[in-house]
Amino acid sequence: MTTTDHGPLLRVEDLVVEYRSGRLRAPKRVIDDVSLEIAPGETLGLVGESGSGKTTIGRAVLGLAPVTSGRILLDGTQISGLRRRERRDRARGVQAIFQDPYSSLNPSMSIADILAEPIREGTPASRRERVRELLDAVGLPADAGRRRAREFSGGQRQRIAIARALALRPRLIICDEPTSALDMSTQTRVLGLLRDIQARTDVSYLFISHDLGVVRAMSDRTAVLLGGRVVEEGTAEQIARDPRHPYSRRLQMATPVADPVLQARRREERATLLREQARSAAA
Amino acid sequence: MSTVQTTQAGLDARDARPEAGTPPGPRDDGRGGDAALRRLLHDPLALGAMGYVALVVVVGVFAPLIAPNSPNFVDLSQANAAPFSDGDFLLGGDSSGRDVLSRLLWATRGTLVACVIVLVVSTVVGVVGGLLAGYFRGRTEVVASWIADAIMALPGIVLLIALYSVIGPSIPTAMAVFGVLIAPANYRLVRAVVAQVRGELYIDAAKVSGLSDLRIVFRHVLTAVRAPILIQSGYVLAAGIGIQAGLEFLGLGNPSVPSWGGVLEQAFSAIYLNPQGVVAPAVLVSLTTLAFVLLGNALRDALQGSGRRRAATADRVAEARAARAARPSPSTAPEAEALVTVRGLAIGYPDGESDVRAVVDGVDLCVHRGEIHGLVGESGSGKSQTAFAMLGLLPKDATVLGGAVLFDGADLLADPRAMRRARGTRIAYVPQEPMSNLDPTITIGRQLTLGLRAVKRMSKDQARTHLLGLLGRVGIADPEAVFAMYPHQISGGMAQRVLITGAIAGDPELIVADEPTTALDVTVQADVLALLRELRDERGLGMLLVTHDLGVVADICDTVSVMRHGTIVEHQEVRALFAAPEHPYTRELLSSALDPEEA
Amino acid sequence: MIGFTLRRLASALLLVVVVTCATFLLIFSDGATIARATLGESATQEAVEAKAVQLGLDQPVVTQYLDWVQGVLHGSLGNSYFTGEPVTAMLLTRLPVTLSLTVIVVLLTALISVLVGTLAAVRGGWLDRGLQLLAVAGAAVPGFIVAIILVLTVAVGWGALPATGYVPVTTDPGGWARSLVLPVLAILVGSVGGAAQQFRGAISDVLQQDFVRTLRSRGIGEFPIVARHVLRAAAAPGLTILSLQTIGMLGGVVLIEQVFALPGVGDLALETTMRSDVPVVMGCVVFTVLVVVVVNLVADVVGAWINPKVRLA
Repeated sequence: MTTTDHGPLLRVEDLVVEYRSGRLRAPKRVIDDVSLEIAPGETLGLVGESGSGKTTIGRAVLGLAPVTSGRILLDGTQISGLRRRERRDRARGVQAIFQDPYSSLNPSMSIADILAEPIREGTPASRRERVRELLDAVGLPADAGRRRAREFSGGQRQRIAIARALALRPRLIICDEPTSALDMSTQTRVLGLLRDIQARTDVSYLFISHDLGVVRAMSDRTAVLLGGRVVEEGTAEQIARDPRHPYSRRLQMATPVADPVLQARRREERATLLREQARSAAA
Repeated sequence: MSTVQTTQAGLDARDARPEAGTPPGPRDDGRGGDAALRRLLHDPLALGAMGYVALVVVVGVFAPLIAPNSPNFVDLSQANAAPFSDGDFLLGGDSSGRDVLSRLLWATRGTLVACVIVLVVSTVVGVVGGLLAGYFRGRTEVVASWIADAIMALPGIVLLIALYSVIGPSIPTAMAVFGVLIAPANYRLVRAVVAQVRGELYIDAAKVSGLSDLRIVFRHVLTAVRAPILIQSGYVLAAGIGIQAGLEFLGLGNPSVPSWGGVLEQAFSAIYLNPQGVVAPAVLVSLTTLAFVLLGNALRDALQGSGRRRAATADRVAEARAARAARPSPSTAPEAEALVTVRGLAIGYPDGESDVRAVVDGVDLCVHRGEIHGLVGESGSGKSQTAFAMLGLLPKDATVLGGAVLFDGADLLADPRAMRRARGTRIAYVPQEPMSNLDPTITIGRQLTLGLRAVKRMSKDQARTHLLGLLGRVGIADPEAVFAMYPHQISGGMAQRVLITGAIAGDPELIVADEPTTALDVTVQADVLALLRELRDERGLGMLLVTHDLGVVADICDTVSVMRHGTIVEHQEVRALFAAPEHPYTRELLSSALDPEEA
Repeated sequence: MIGFTLRRLASALLLVVVVTCATFLLIFSDGATIARATLGESATQEAVEAKAVQLGLDQPVVTQYLDWVQGVLHGSLGNSYFTGEPVTAMLLTRLPVTLSLTVIVVLLTALISVLVGTLAAVRGGWLDRGLQLLAVAGAAVPGFIVAIILVLTVAVGWGALPATGYVPVTTDPGGWARSLVLPVLAILVGSVGGAAQQFRGAISDVLQQDFVRTLRSRGIGEFPIVARHVLRAAAAPGLTILSLQTIGMLGGVVLIEQVFALPGVGDLALETTMRSDVPVVMGCVVFTVLVVVVVNLVADVVGAWINPKVRLA
């Protein structure tokens, strides 16, 4: 697992994803010419509203969405358009944490089985040892392995999902809204865990969320998506404080601040912004 | 970025709580084999059915030893003898003077063989077909499903009759054909499970971790299919026995082999000579089908923990109520000048076998005219249950354990009729999920009109004019067009505006809004919050706004109640709450808010 | 909507063709056996061969099928091997019996199931428990056994109604009705048990949907909510339930006709299959498939018409 010097870990080049709904109908373009890069140990935030295509980008990187054109490269090796078998060899460095902690774990399997499932190599004993390590890494007690997923709360399940993603020692984890189904205080703890893991293992994240606050807290850089295109990309700070694209600004202004005084001001600013944008659109 | 604190390893007490407070539902899919078996063994009907089936199997295997006579032994003096008459034959004789009891006992073997054939054929054909179709999808699925539909569209017995000229009087062959004819039931079941499992994220996770399709099918899909197939088997066997007896009754069986249906047919043709003769074979066939149906039902209950949740027993509810009534209550009087006052509200749900668990316990709050009151809490805190109680719209299995909802001096909780009169005209509701809260089968205009005319004396035209005005007011650009549309034709944001229109149409004084913007995109959320604020200003509405989002609270609320584990831990004016939270839980909540901008 | 109906129609036509073709190929596969069966065991080999040639059974089965299809396109289902009577004429004399039985049962099943299922879902209580019992009993006791029990108790024991026989409605409407009471009752136990129980499930699914709560919040009474919203939303699954019940019932009718000695299509099929009068058996299969296809088609199209997502597509 050597890294080519200074090259990006993940490179998405001119990605286009289209879905065909019928033989006669024109295909629906969900992702329209998107290019992205993530460096080792870096977190790229993808923010957008429903229908923006943020989840599809993540699924395309994971090989779960069809790539119509464009390429996806991990460490310079193409991982798009592979068969499952080839993918297993070349793309095991990319893993995922999904949004719904209920649907993402098979309810009838024990946690130990879920965590050991991806691990192919080693003896049963070494696999058991690895499961213990993984549970420890996400702050779950070692005896959790015997229990089934349905015995755990949402936050704990998301920890298990993180442990599963770590099982193959990935270089990149696609985090698709990993905390949007969780309560606020649980969210804080799960996000903290993700940052801990990054500090320890230098893993990169593609962090997908609709929530500007979460994206800002987690990302080094942020890309704003609208209708399957990246409309703006910049450092997390810049996108959060000083977005340039009109849509990024609308998004910024619409996101409420958890402070009544600041939020009152924000409302005024939003009203002004919408008036300005309406005027310039009319002109 | 300091708001995200790194966690120490180990479990936080709150994190460990398995969704306390949400109404306990059968989320558990109960595939844990041991628990299911235990449940099965505790079900007297299931035990009876299993015992009966075991008995039938034993009788079938040992029929030559048990039966008093050979099935073809003839005693002409016993021809058409009634059951329990003086002769040698306990259940009487048939028209040729053969022993009915012995014939029935011997016939059990044929029944067992037929059962095995039907079960094996239908399971193999159905499961393999379902797995292939669900797995390969595309053309395979289209063709397989068409065939399954075609087979299902055929009345099995008519086809079996038609095939008699080819098959001849062979019940095993006929049952194998019947196995194919009934296989679509298994096919559909398996395909549906595969389709559902395929959509689960854990399948995606397995793919991402590099598992081959075959392993995924065996590990994840087959385990999910097992339980429903087992349940289905009970019903398949019941149907098989019915069909077998039917075919034999029609005379399509092998006349030289004794069979239940054959005995029944002979008895029936002699019904005027020996009326009681039909009873034994009829009861035998019915009991055996019944046993399999009951077994299927019991398996369903045990494996899927069906909806048959036990209700809390009346005395437990009474106990819980008495305990709460005995508590010293600070006041039962309404707050001065309040629009609505909630006092000591307690709501229970059935828990375990007969117990009741309070998910809301002693909630006090009040909303004034023109006030937007935020009710904040995490999932399971009881905030939505409180809101539903104020509308009198708690789910069926919830019980009010105590408290009052005082509106204009009257306790609406104690008077369901007053509550019904108040709904729509004085108290209205704005739900969370816009799409699922509109009736999908009728136009928006029609459902709004039906709602409005249920509470206001208005002609259709008056209602229409009124509603079109309101739709324009809530920011819908072309009210006439939307009026004629169906819910699936509009966006989520627009649907929420329609629901707000429905809520304000009856000119209420209080609106209970349950997470009204949670399902919306942030840009739409901002618009809907602005709309709610404007409506409050124009109409002097009081509003109870249930939310988990502190940003929404900061944006729109005047006062806030923080709820946790069924009680309100802190109540403050909004600026004071954010500036100086008193309760440690409020402080923790506030610290977990992620600010999009300020570092 | 028109596109949907046409697609369904095409699919239904295909079903008729495929099923009749498969059945034809199966039951006409062995010409020699059929020829022997028509002449009896004692016939000489030469006589059997001559008979096979006379009936066209020596031809390849595909040729026979194509001939048969040609006949069907000209409105003929062939002639009986035994009486030489046209199959269509034989079917026509039997149709009134089977159709009056099925139509009455389907209508009553629909009516009672909707009523009982809705009440059980809305009210619950003893009605609900009673329905569950009826559903188990209906599933457990085969229809023809219910029929036998009815014959034993009502007809033989009590003598209140005729045990067997059929009176055409044209000769004596009262007798016609009396001859159908027990057969209808015998089928109803099972069909209502099944359909009402499933309909109850469909209604309670709708009752648990979010929009019902929202309707209640508007101050609409329980009756208008059920009558105007819930029943409509439950109509599509209800139609599926009813069409499946109808198909199941068609099979049961054959047995019921035997128990009550009703000269219906099922009785004809049984009688002719025993003596290998294959063209008549084939005619009975065609009749059954046509009924099934029409029932499915009506259920599909009505169901689609209720659903605006399909209707407006």
